[in-house]
Order: sequence, then C-alpha cells, then structure tokens
Amino acid sequence: MIGTGASRRAFIAGTTAMAAGSLGLPSIGGAQAKPVKVGLIHPVTGFVAYNGQQSRLGATMAIEDLNRAGGVKSMGGAKLEAVLGDSQSKVEVGVSEVEKMNEAGVAAYVGCFQSPVGIAATQAAAKYNTPFLIDVGASDLLVKRGLKNVFRMKPGFGRCVDDGIAALGALNKGAGGGAKTAVIVHESGEFGTGTAKLLAGKLPSIGIEAKELIAHDNPTRNFDNIALRIRSLAPHIVMMSNYGNEYMLLARTLFQQKVDLMGMFSVLGGGFNYKFVKEMADASQYMMDTNHWFNPLSASAQALKKRVEAGGALFTFEVYLSYTSVALLADALERAGSADKEKLIDALGKSTFKADLMPYGPTKFVDGQNEGGLPAVMQSLKGEIEVVAPAQFASAKAVFPRPKFN
Amino acid sequence: MTLDIAFAGIVNGLMAGGVYVLVAVGLTLIYGVLHIVNFAHGSLLMLAMYAVLYLFRQPVGLDPYLALPVVAGGAFAFGYALYRGVIGRFSGGKDDNILLITLGLSIIIDNAALFLFTGDTQTIDVSYAGRFVTLGPALLPLPKLISFGASLLLCALLGAFIALTDTGKAIRAVAKERQGARLVGIDVENVFAISYGIGVACLGAAACLLMPFFYVSPSSGHAFVLIAFTTVVLGGMGSFAGALVGGLLIGIVESLGGLRFGEQLGQIGIPAVFIAILLLRPAGLFGER
Repeated sequence: MIGTGASRRAFIAGTTAMAAGSLGLPSIGGAQAKPVKVGLIHPVTGFVAYNGQQSRLGATMAIEDLNRAGGVKSMGGAKLEAVLGDSQSKVEVGVSEVEKMNEAGVAAYVGCFQSPVGIAATQAAAKYNTPFLIDVGASDLLVKRGLKNVFRMKPGFGRCVDDGIAALGALNKGAGGGAKTAVIVHESGEFGTGTAKLLAGKLPSIGIEAKELIAHDNPTRNFDNIALRIRSLAPHIVMMSNYGNEYMLLARTLFQQKVDLMGMFSVLGGGFNYKFVKEMADASQYMMDTNHWFNPLSASAQALKKRVEAGGALFTFEVYLSYTSVALLADALERAGSADKEKLIDALGKSTFKADLMPYGPTKFVDGQNEGGLPAVMQSLKGEIEVVAPAQFASAKAVFPRPKFN
Repeated sequence: MTLDIAFAGIVNGLMAGGVYVLVAVGLTLIYGVLHIVNFAHGSLLMLAMYAVLYLFRQPVGLDPYLALPVVAGGAFAFGYALYRGVIGRFSGGKDDNILLITLGLSIIIDNAALFLFTGDTQTIDVSYAGRFVTLGPALLPLPKLISFGASLLLCALLGAFIALTDTGKAIRAVAKERQGARLVGIDVENVFAISYGIGVACLGAAACLLMPFFYVSPSSGHAFVLIAFTTVVLGGMGSFAGALVGGLLIGIVESLGGLRFGEQLGQIGIPAVFIAILLLRPAGLFGER
C-alpha cells in the first residue's frame, strides 16, 4: 500500500472532480490502456450520509492506491476510474444510479450501504449482467436470490448473529448464566427488523428469552419511552440493532435514565465506533457489539488507519470494507485480464483473494457470499474499543455483567 | 400500563413537549405575522445546533446553556439579515414567493451544511449529562429538566415582550392588519424582519436546549419540523398559547401512544388527536375563526 495523505474533506468536497479526473484518467500522450470504470453507489446525502461518505472515502482511497501502484497490470496497466453516485438513502434513486452508470459504461458496481437499496440496485444491475460488490449491506437477502452478479466479502447478518450469539452465550455461561431475558430494540427497516428476528430466534439456544422486540423509526427524536418500557420489562440484556444516530441516542438515554442491565449487546450496531466511545465514554462504557473489524495485526490496516485519521476522518468499518471490496474487484480484474462482465463474474466467483486489511481467510464465494468472512466482538472500555472475541484477535477480557449504576 | 408507568410517560412527554413548544413558537410567530409557512425552519434549527456545537468545543468551550444568549442573539441577527437580504428582497411581497424562497433556502442550507460539516453526526457530552432528578417513578435527566423549564420561561418572556413592548405591539398590529399598520406609520418591512429574526432566535434557543441530549447532523433539524407544523396547526395558527398547549399535548400523546402501542404504532396518536381536535375546532385549539 502506498502511503499518501488522505483528507476526508477533500474527498467529500471534490468528489465530482475526482470522479472525472484525477483518479483514473490516463496521462496525456501516453499509450495507456482504457480505464476501467467502477460505479460507487453510496448514500452520501440523507439520514445515513455519514456512513455513505465513509464508504466513498474507503473506495476512492483504494482506487487511488491501486492506480498509483500501476493499475491492472494484466490489462496493460489500466487505471480504475470512479464513477460516483449518491443513492440519497432512497431505493428508487439507487436504481436510477445503476441505470445512469450502466449508460456510462461501468464494468462493476460497489455499494450501497443500506440493504433495501442494495437489494433493488443489484437487481437492476443483474439486467446488464454487471458485477455488483456489496461493501456494507447486511441483509442476507442480498445474496440469496440466485443473482450471479452479486458478491459480498463481509459476513452478512446471519453469520454475525450466529457468532455474536455464541459469544454472548459463552460470556453468560462464564458469568454463571445469570442473564435469562433480553429486550431487542431495532430500527424498522430491513436491516434492523431482519437482525432482530434472527436474534430473537437464536437467543433461546443460549438460554435467553427475548421478552419483547421494540421497533422504532428513523429518525427517532426521543428514546425516553423505550427506556421506560425497558425498565418496566426489567430484562437482563438489551440488544440493539439500529443505525448510528438512534444507536447513540438510545445508549445515551439508557445511561441518563440509569437503566440497570447485565449488558448491552448489539450485532452490527450502527453507532459503535471510535467517535461514539470517545465522545460518550460514560454512556458507551461496557457496551458490546459484534461487527466488522480490521485485522489489528495487519501493517497495511494500521497504515491505512493512520492515513484516514490524518485526514480528519474516523477509521470506521465502512472505510475498510469499501476499500477491501475495491481491492477484491481489482484482483478479479487482474486475473480476468479483462473488464468483460462474464469473465469478471467468473473471476470473482473463483476468487481466493486474501483481504489484507481484514481478519479473513482466503475468499470463498458460495452463492455470492464470502464464507471466509469473520466478525469480531468488541466492548467499549474507558473510551476505547477493545476486541474481546474471537480469542486470536482479542485485545482485552470482556466485562460481563457490567457493574450496576448504584 | 400501570399508573407508575403512565405517570412517568406523561412526565417524559412533557419534557419532550417543552422543546417542541420552543420550535413551534418560532414557527407560529413567523406564520402569525408573515402569513407564510417557513420551510427553512428545520434547516435553521440545524444551523443553530452547529453553532452550539462549535461554541461548546475548544477553544471557546462555552456550555450550551450559557451559550443561549449568544446563539439566540446571533440567530436573531441572522434571521433579520436573511429576511432583509433575501426573503423580503426577492419575494416582492407575495406570500407564494416567500414560501418558495424558504423552501429554496432550506435546500441550500442543508446542502451547504453537508458540504461544510459533512454528514457526520456530532454530539456534545456535558459533565451533568448523567445527573437526574427523581420524581416519583419518573427519572428526569437534568438536561431535559433544565430544557423544559428554560423553554417555558422563554415562552413566557416572549409572550411578555409581544404583549408589553412597543415592538411587540407593532408586531401584533402588523399581524392583525398589515395595511392599517402601514397607514399609522409602522415600518411593516422592518416588523417582518424583526418577526422573522425572533422566530429564528427561538430556534437558536431551542438548539441550546436540545444539544445536551440530542445530536446534530445536516438532516437533524427535520426531525422536529413535522412536529412543529403539527403543533402550530393544532394550537391554532399564529397563536402563542396554542403553540404552548399544542406542543405539550403532542409530547404527552406521543409518549403515552408509544408506551401503549409501541414506538411505531404509537405515533398514530399524534395525527389522531390532531384530526379529532380539528374536527371539533377547525381553527385549532386557540385559533381565531
């Protein structure tokens, strides 16, 4: 990886210019190969704009790095060229971006952050048999519709739920099995509802009953009522599955309302990041999350983290997942030796790519889902994010149950 | 639902309603005088929240409650200038034009905020965030309690200002009879600008009261806009008392509805009460027919 400084502001401010020029165009007068256009579809405006911007940052950094490293060598050093799209958190806009980018001649798409947008966008891309790499979308439906053009590096929420539940079961067992009930608070979209149903179905396998599933809208202004409801139900554990703003607001409200719990545990918790645990160290203290995490032992990951932070951004999962998705695409292009869609899909399907940034084994796609993906279980401890499982990546021992307020 | 929970729910609703009141009072003032629905309301609230955020951060380090006079004053000046420089100048005195201009302003402000501040969600963590007051079965987080009290106090002060001062009388005169006010020598355009400024100042105050327990992002102001519009119509468009009672009522209905029917279904309570009241009193609770 080539270490260049990355300014997030520059990426956000100059996205259009970047798409048009500096990343992928061949130098004037050179006999370079035709650039390979890559459609990046993310919600850079709308209620999850931050997440979308982070994804765009990761993807464009990857393109920049790959181009600086000489492009796709088997294609005569062809550079990647970002074609940027904004899904605006809307399904129909995501689909129209696919159509526009198809007109622009993209070889593949990377996106979309939100599962509902991804489901519709991949379907649209399937019409043109164009590969679509899901960088962040969590729903397993994304890869369960028999679409040959869809690939996802990261584990979906099925795998994350399985691993998260197993980790929670082990923690509870280690603490004497005191936790027997849970309340699940989730956002009402495909991501939150799907995860919540899976969690409720799996919890009995570790001796915990889901007393209630509480859905909320996006945005939700006030979580006082939900805190009150949780207090009246008196569960041992609160599980949450929502996007960043609501995740943070719920955590802060439960802290302010002094709701005593053995633990707060999320799977793919949208707000569990460095910013949250540092800015709200008290509210986030002891909260746990099963999520995507970079490989802390990877020098490349640490170098990228430094660059991202030097640019004023946070090294959130969107950044390294989108970066990795572009790297996967570049690897497939290299092996296919062509941007031909059939060849590219074939190369992706046979990929054994080793994602250097991630704690994953070699890629093995089954129906488009990478079976080698691995989530991590983390806990906020004194304003830091510590990995508590799996053991080979753990940086701290989990605190469970959490101390009571009084 | 036990009585304890119902009581705590009502108290929570009142706390939430306190802030709705302040957001709605600005809107109702602007409507009452200018007779336009200010589509830029949510965007201006968001801008004020960013102002609170940056005043809180170093090097200024100003507590959001102490920042209230600064932000409200700044918001007044901004609102006044916005009316003088943009809304009044380009509307040609036509209400339809003002409506479109405020809608355009909303789009510009939102996207400018996205450009300047990015889509990142920002919060502040005040040292007293975790403190609370016990009121029977209800726990009242200190920031929400302060916000509730401050909101009602500010509404009372604003009411007194409108009722007792010469400027307030001029505002009332313009709201009642624009042409007549002009004939008796009131500078109507200036009153419009002052009214718009005061409406935006209310948002500045609301931003200070919100930030200790809410967050700001370029879209965060919109979370309160629908509630504010509902409050204004429910209370009677242009009515201060209506905004006050309407805001608190909506807070309570939202809270009890959420507790009884769940957070999603419970939201139905707001339009249900809204429709019921408008059926009985088409001009709203305190509206003039």
